[in-house]
Amino acid sequence: MRFHVHADGTAHSHSGGAHHHRHDIHYGLGPAHAHAPGMSQARMVKVEQDILAKNDAYAAANRDYFRAHGIFALNLVSSPGSGKTTLLVRTVMALQERYPVCVIEGDQQTSLDADRIRATGVPALQINTGRGCHLDAHMVGHALEQLRPRDNSLLLIENVGNLVCPASFDLGEAHKVAILSVTEGEDKPLKYPDMFAAADLMLLNKSDLLPHLDFDVALAIEYARRVNPRIRAIVLSARTGEGMDEWLDWLDVQMDIAALRGAERDELRIGELEAEVRD
Amino acid sequence: MNEMLLAEGVVDLVDHRARREGCQRVKTVRLEIGKLSGVEPEAIRFCFDEVASGTLAEGAALDIVEQDGQAWCFDCGQLVPLAARGDPCPECGGFRLRMDEGVAMRVRELEIE
Repeated sequence: MRFHVHADGTAHSHSGGAHHHRHDIHYGLGPAHAHAPGMSQARMVKVEQDILAKNDAYAAANRDYFRAHGIFALNLVSSPGSGKTTLLVRTVMALQERYPVCVIEGDQQTSLDADRIRATGVPALQINTGRGCHLDAHMVGHALEQLRPRDNSLLLIENVGNLVCPASFDLGEAHKVAILSVTEGEDKPLKYPDMFAAADLMLLNKSDLLPHLDFDVALAIEYARRVNPRIRAIVLSARTGEGMDEWLDWLDVQMDIAALRGAERDELRIGELEAEVRD
Repeated sequence: MNEMLLAEGVVDLVDHRARREGCQRVKTVRLEIGKLSGVEPEAIRFCFDEVASGTLAEGAALDIVEQDGQAWCFDCGQLVPLAARGDPCPECGGFRLRMDEGVAMRVRELEIE
């Protein structure tokens, strides 16, 4: 059953964009909405607002904050069990000598993940979303007030393990990074296209298990590019460290770009670096 | 997509606007949901009544206009219709597409009294 326009379609055509009064006024909107004289008078009000406008406004504020402070923020998204937290632990261990790093962890419950990050010596803040299935930009804004990342630092935001909802919620990050483990099946990008369309980078994790699986790496990347021709892919294993250098190098260049944006706004150098990280 | 949350977003937006307009109640809420937006219209409808309860949107009819998907095909150099993300270009069968129309989810207008 579809609920399309029907009688209301008439009402809609009345209020169409032909004239530009702020509010179009209508009395009686066709047979289904006929009003008795002297009774209530219905009118149409143009809204034209995105359902996620509130989140997007918070995200824009976060993004301004990141830019002003030279902070490079990533939003890491994946299904539960893809190895995100292990990847984060390995990443912060490799990078914390090079520049300040901090982490925001999103989970429905527990602070287990933030505890794992803090064990590396890096500041981490846990957000418990309760029944919520994703982080939103407002939560991240609050987390920033508490965490206060240093200027020119790397901020890694581990979203709730979920390949659906986090795709729609901008947190103000520079990029979404989708982590897909090779134990999950190469068709995930086709099954959850919105997430892979929203991500700029895909990390194929747990590559050390490839010899034991039928997972087709080339096919997984091809599927991801079907929903997002621009997506970049890196194959790695957070456990053995294989492929980690490529990911860390990518982060290094991105950090340079963020620092340039924050400080000198050297557009020429930014352009060169961006060309370098492109495939 | 968490349609319950989106329904809350819709009701918040509608209630806020209706108060600003000083109306008694909202009769109709017209939404535009793009077919490439990842949102299931029926699921929003399912959640809307519950979320609207106790607000000016309570009892409002929800009119959902689904917008067809359209993408720019880099290989054909033209706009092509697209039913779903991950589908090939209907002209050349390629996947070098950029979504153009049908990604929005917005409140278009309200009928208030």
